[in-house]
Amino acid sequence: MTMPVSITVNGTETSHEVEPRLLLVHYLRDVIGLTGTNVGCDTSQCGSCTVLIDGLAVKSCTVLAVQGDGSDITTIEGLAKNGELHPIQQAFWDNHGLQCGFCTPGMIITATEILKKNKKATEQDVRHGLEGNICRCTGYENIVKSIVAAQSVAPAKKAGKAKKGTA
Amino acid sequence: MGYVGSSVKRVEDPRFIQGKASYVGNIIMPGMVHLAIKRSPYAHAKIKKINTKKAKALPGVVAVFTGQDLLDGGCGPLPCGWNVPDIKTPTRYALTVDKARHVGDGVAVVVAEDPYIAADAVELIDVSYQPLDVVIDARKTTELEAPLVHDDISENTSYEWALGDKAVCDKAFEEADHIVELDLTNQRLIPNAMEPRACVAQWTDTTEEMIVWTASQNPQLIRLLLSAYTLLIPEHRLRVISPDVGGGFGSKIFHYPEEVITPWVSRAVNRPAKWVATRSEASITDSQGRDHITVARMALKKDGEITGLHVSTWANMGAYLSTLAPLIPTALYITLLAGLYRMKGIWGEMWGTLTNTVPVDAYRGAGRPEASYLLERLVDIAAHELSIDPVEIRVKNFIGKDEFPYQTPLAFEYDSGDYHALFEKATSLADYAKMRTDQTDARDNGRLVGIGISGCIEASGPAPSAVAGSLGFALGLWESGVVRVHPTGKVTVLTGSHSHGQGHETTFAQIVADELGVPMTDIEVVHGDSGRIPFGMGTYGSRSASVGGSALVKSAEKIRAKLIKIAAHQLEAAEEDMVYDRAEGKVYVKGSPDKSKPFAELAFASYTAHNLPEGLDPGLEEISFYDPANFTFPNSAHIVQIEIDPETGEVELQRYVAVDDVGNVINPMIVEGQIQGGIAQGVGQALWEQGVYDESGQLLTGSLMEYALPRAASFPKFEIGRIETPSPHNPLGVKGAGEMGTIASTVAVANAVMDALAPLNIRHLDMPLTPDKIWSAMQKVGEAKTAKVEYFGGE
Ligand code: FES
Ligand code: FES
Repeated sequence: MTMPVSITVNGTETSHEVEPRLLLVHYLRDVIGLTGTNVGCDTSQCGSCTVLIDGLAVKSCTVLAVQGDGSDITTIEGLAKNGELHPIQQAFWDNHGLQCGFCTPGMIITATEILKKNKKATEQDVRHGLEGNICRCTGYENIVKSIVAAQSVAPAKKAGKAKKGTA
Repeated sequence: MGYVGSSVKRVEDPRFIQGKASYVGNIIMPGMVHLAIKRSPYAHAKIKKINTKKAKALPGVVAVFTGQDLLDGGCGPLPCGWNVPDIKTPTRYALTVDKARHVGDGVAVVVAEDPYIAADAVELIDVSYQPLDVVIDARKTTELEAPLVHDDISENTSYEWALGDKAVCDKAFEEADHIVELDLTNQRLIPNAMEPRACVAQWTDTTEEMIVWTASQNPQLIRLLLSAYTLLIPEHRLRVISPDVGGGFGSKIFHYPEEVITPWVSRAVNRPAKWVATRSEASITDSQGRDHITVARMALKKDGEITGLHVSTWANMGAYLSTLAPLIPTALYITLLAGLYRMKGIWGEMWGTLTNTVPVDAYRGAGRPEASYLLERLVDIAAHELSIDPVEIRVKNFIGKDEFPYQTPLAFEYDSGDYHALFEKATSLADYAKMRTDQTDARDNGRLVGIGISGCIEASGPAPSAVAGSLGFALGLWESGVVRVHPTGKVTVLTGSHSHGQGHETTFAQIVADELGVPMTDIEVVHGDSGRIPFGMGTYGSRSASVGGSALVKSAEKIRAKLIKIAAHQLEAAEEDMVYDRAEGKVYVKGSPDKSKPFAELAFASYTAHNLPEGLDPGLEEISFYDPANFTFPNSAHIVQIEIDPETGEVELQRYVAVDDVGNVINPMIVEGQIQGGIAQGVGQALWEQGVYDESGQLLTGSLMEYALPRAASFPKFEIGRIETPSPHNPLGVKGAGEMGTIASTVAVANAVMDALAPLNIRHLDMPLTPDKIWSAMQKVGEAKTAKVEYFGGE
């Protein structure tokens, strides 16, 4: 059995017939091919899969695709606009906020919500705001630094051209 | 150009921050089948029968294969690559045939059109097991009634190993004024890189070629093992690619069953095949870390001089020997027991035993954190018992800066260091004296504040190949590096090292840019694809800069030499009169800088070959294989302050001061990031992390619900400093930076907790130092708040 879903992702409408049990994260990754959102666990602990659903940060592994029907989703691929990095992306780059990069999409998306809720987030606010996101590489210090610094990044820098991987 | 030494922003970052990375799990191909593996729910059981009928009948299932199918289909056993003398290596197949030997041991594989169907079909496979008795504890393996994990390995003992001078050690204990004894457990850890392992394979029937994408730290090593042992596809028809890899920490070094199963299935069904681990699957299949049971004694003079150390360790190897497993508790553990100290009388002995648990192999630090932990715990207890300040007792025993190179009694020759300066910097950065006075005040107010010190060393940058061979490695431990200059002067760098977060695309470009005098933007670094790079050994043991970087320096030197020849010829000057200007990227005649040839023009000339010196080959590409002369020996002084909540036993990390000597630094930002991440992982072991097996061999911490990884709010801001004593034996003067943080932080934090508990006369608790464990210990000794005991360093 399949069901129809229509979800707007990064401003583009997508419609597919999916199994009711399909997780939203698998819809994003496997059905529409947006692989920037990662899967790091199977118990909703790691936050690698975080996306914005109607503006709220949600772990997309905890939501069924059919529950996302009619919603407006922003993934990591949708943050940079017109070739300009989002200020939080820029701050992660400037402050070495990533190493292997696997947690990074989830961290950046979560950070957008932390900074939306709190206009003057301190280091401690950010540390607590990241309680649902795990990074195994950085020890968090530069992630926290990046998010705090993002508050003062002007949102108009040119995006670096994404260098392709070695695959 | 002056890139080396500066915090250049990472060139790889744009793809990661925009969600455009190329992890193996992202690969989608037309016609791809998806794999799911049926795993044993028992830690030890005979497989009586496997019924795959129902699974095969499920719509969407393409095939189901068992261990016997793989065996009949030509798969060889997974080898262990590190063979110490008289080792008994158990046979390990990608899917087990006769018995399951740990929870998670693979029994069958489902091949389906979609991963959901594959997961459904796994549930439909009916395996009838005959459960057997299990053995979990590394020391109980040899007891008479212990079951045998492998019938052909008696007493479950795979190997034993010892090093040191027993006579000198015995004498030190005979003549000791004071002896410290300690029994300890260094608990099982689960590495948990954030990207679960994944493998994709594509067989091309017409050309009989296989491409395997695997989340590995060393694709070339995997290709060799696939080719020579497990899959038996010749190397020239087998390409292995490890694209972006989401962290490894050792766990992605090894050759895993799924790397055999996935390509084998791709060939069997003649379609691209994909397997991606779930986190829970990773918990029962990724090689795990640590798990030592140790009995140790330290001999001292009453003034605090350390004279002897006697260590006996049972190292839990798990159910099979993972690819490098025997290296970890031997040549990366016992050899490091001298630490930063001058003592001579050391004896270390160990037994590598097999149990019904997930195999154990290298995990960040690998042997060295285990050595540091026991040594630095003993030093701390000794300081306490002799009423000497823990910094003072360490400084008193340090090897002096003029004694390098320093031959330890445990085979290693330390390359360089200045441990006194290291500790001076750390104690002044921390304001250690004030920390101690504040601690006394806090104690007077009934607060449980503790200060922890560690002084650690590690051997990084493995290794001289002949030494590795003599210690048991089946291969060499050199590294390869190609510098390919294109006709226009742009440069492609090919390295056998692999980056899975370390930032090689940046640091290696910094190195080559400076060596040749070209802008970094003209350089691209390629790694991780056996179809593009030369054979190389990959990344682990904090070796990439010192071994991989040095190979690139050598290749760049050859490029410079060739360009000098061409320039001399074209400028009609003698070669020895030519100067290679690395700041400007040109070659000129000594004394007449205007008689010069820029880099790009010379590169072009090398390809047109219209006007080259006689006998010189056209083209501009050089390869080097760099075999290091020695390990490098980074070292560290970490100082930590914690406070225990007497109501709950919870530890709050209040300050973390780290001063490390990793030799010269190519990119301070990246090195600091390595130290920070390393510290966090080590603190995780000290306070929260533990892989727990119950007595039936079930892993109780099999997901991130139960296995406690550190979170952002777990840490204060780290205070990080550095001294640099360059390694004298590699051209960059660098030492390893990737593991020092982890090696040093576990014991620093453990020492801090025990320091806080010292007034309660609690001498030692095994890690992880969880609230429950601390609180229970406090209850045993009575009322925490009123206790007061004289303690060192508090005046
Ligand atoms: S994958 Fe969603 S929380 Fe881990
Ligand atoms: S950067 Fe690797 S998990 Fe966060």
